[in-house]
Amino acid sequence: MQQQSMFFKARATATLADVGLQANLRQAKGKFVDSRAQAVADYDRENEGDFEALRLAGEAIRKRVVDDLDSWLEVFEERATARGASVLWARDGQEICDLVLDIARTHGVQKVIKSKSMLSEEAGLNQALEAAGVRPVETDLGEYILQIAGNEPPSHIIAPVMHKNVDQVADLFARTHGTPRQTAIPALTREARAVLREHFVSAEMGISGANFLIAETGSAALVTNEGNGRMVSSLPKVHVVITGIEKIVPTLADFATLMRLLPRSATGQVISNYVSLLTGKARGSAEESTTAATDATDATDGPEHVYFILVDNGRVGLLGSEFQSMLACIRCGACLNHCPVYQTIGGHAYGWVYPGPMGSVLTPLLRGVEKALDLPQASTLCQQCSVVCPVRIPLPELLRKLRERQTRAGLRPRGERLAWRLWAWLAARPGCYDLATRAALRYLNWLAGGRERIEVLGIAPGWSAGRDFPAPQGKTFRQLYRQQTKPR
Amino acid sequence: MRVALFVTCLVDLLRPSIGFAAIKLLENAGCTVEVAATQTCCGQPAYNGGDRAAAIALARKTIAEFEHCQRDQGCAYLVTPSGSCADQIRNAYPALLADDPAWQSRAEHLAARAYELTDFLVTVLHVESVPGDFAGSVSYHDSCSGLRGLGIREQPRALLALVPGLTLREMPAAEECCGFGGAFSIKFGAISAAIAEKKCVNARLAAADALVGGDLGCLLNIEGKLRRMGDRHTRVLHVAEVLAGVSTADATPN
Ligand code: SF4
Repeated sequence: MQQQSMFFKARATATLADVGLQANLRQAKGKFVDSRAQAVADYDRENEGDFEALRLAGEAIRKRVVDDLDSWLEVFEERATARGASVLWARDGQEICDLVLDIARTHGVQKVIKSKSMLSEEAGLNQALEAAGVRPVETDLGEYILQIAGNEPPSHIIAPVMHKNVDQVADLFARTHGTPRQTAIPALTREARAVLREHFVSAEMGISGANFLIAETGSAALVTNEGNGRMVSSLPKVHVVITGIEKIVPTLADFATLMRLLPRSATGQVISNYVSLLTGKARGSAEESTTAATDATDATDGPEHVYFILVDNGRVGLLGSEFQSMLACIRCGACLNHCPVYQTIGGHAYGWVYPGPMGSVLTPLLRGVEKALDLPQASTLCQQCSVVCPVRIPLPELLRKLRERQTRAGLRPRGERLAWRLWAWLAARPGCYDLATRAALRYLNWLAGGRERIEVLGIAPGWSAGRDFPAPQGKTFRQLYRQQTKPR
Repeated sequence: MRVALFVTCLVDLLRPSIGFAAIKLLENAGCTVEVAATQTCCGQPAYNGGDRAAAIALARKTIAEFEHCQRDQGCAYLVTPSGSCADQIRNAYPALLADDPAWQSRAEHLAARAYELTDFLVTVLHVESVPGDFAGSVSYHDSCSGLRGLGIREQPRALLALVPGLTLREMPAAEECCGFGGAFSIKFGAISAAIAEKKCVNARLAAADALVGGDLGCLLNIEGKLRRMGDRHTRVLHVAEVLAGVSTADATPN
């Protein structure tokens, strides 16, 4: 996907005037935040206040994997291969595309049905497939809408089309499908279903992501609400799973723990509608094949060929760094849903695949700090993201560390650097600071001109474009305190 | 008991009445208050701005000042009318100085004695009365650092409940960020103001006479937005001002 993160500020500001988008964001926020709160409260009631303990357990599982990632990957590769899957490795987006195209060529594929895969977004896979004459069809309803809307990028990692409302989708469907316009959601869903059925049965290859890779069994876990993941992974003769190398969990028991966290954090569901464990190639229906059955000879359905493409695309660089904990992310989207900035501007302004707090950490780390300068700055550090993160990633701390990295690398604007230096110099010298604050006050008092508020703050126009600045009381505390305590 | 008051840079510059209100509250609870004349800023803006060196320098300065107060005046605690400065001193200082064992233990010494004002009044002093009175209703905005960094939520409310005449009317989503975020409010002014607007809409749903909070940065942001939205009557007050019975207009000694 083309990265646009350098235009964050302009794009974010533009979203503020988009009335429709703002309404959609308000609605989505209410839904996500309230649902999660309810799910957590229910869990706590039923389990005697233990959602926090669950988060600790989730963090521990992910940490165990990330601390020792190469060993776990080896285990996974060995187990998955033993079950008849091929495990391939991709260093970057280009390699993902090359591998997928190779596989498509090998199996004579003309049409690919896709379930949601963020890695495919990272790689810009759809464009690569189209360029090679292979037709990709997105089957996640949200992704499908984006595709027929002219390949719009997703604006949320689990609700990719949350920036659109029903009316917009109704227009789009009527236009694209040539059907009468309908606005009831069930009717729209049925319409998409009818269109997608055709593709499900005719495609030769399915591509999906994976929410987790289970090392113990060599399985991929798919967690969806629409069931399209099952179609994609079981109907075509070839199934390709594309996912990041960090998605490993050691055991099925660990997977169960994380599944208590993921749906509750993501959508407030106790469990998602479909949870599929896909192990190896055709051996009966995929979901049933998680037990350690070794005899695959009686298998009749499911894909004949299963490929895992495990992707680095910058992730290895985080290992052993101060940002390693970011690899624990399970892509639940809770940090987006609870972020005051994301709630206000939506996902597109972030300019790449991952928006919100997790995107503001990941994008600079995966794409280059210098290519996403605004993202780590575009946070109030309110800490709500780290409060809700199911695996307790200290997102505000990571954002702050990225800010430090920008400063160290000399990537902040000159004026800003000078201002900081001057301020820090003064703050370390009380005498000078005293004089400087008095001068600043004279300026502010002059701006206020005796009124209670300043409407145009010359030194910080960014502040006063959208709000007033309450006038200062007139003297500094230190001045007044000295007057008060010194006998006159 | 002697306590060192850390006034904070914003209060010093913009609203000294909050500092005097804090002194009044502490004295009323039986404390003797010391104010180090050399204090400036806790360094949080530099810390959040990515200037670690400046943040460390100011952390050391603040630590040394407190040690001074402790040695010369016998101050047992450092108290500050700001959740974000208290969070900085308690949680960030030890982390910032972790590479230097001597400084780290000094940081931890201070961290264990540093309190946000309402937290201190409730947790350490167990105050049962406050000097202020307030004829009217207030809503309370929870500032992020105090709330999520220090767990301050009940303390200010417990104290407000002691104010004769005051009714607390909670606003929806009182715990959501107001969009201030320090330098964020200037760097991303438009986004910040848009978040502030949501806070103001919620605040007005409470239909209270005043919005009260514990951090001046957030209060400036909220008051500035309320006024820009044309609200001239909802007062925006620091919790110390309400508890001490000094409003912004009459707090300043002259
Ligand atoms: S960082 Fe945490 S909250 Fe955000 S998507 Fe990842 S797991 Fe979820």
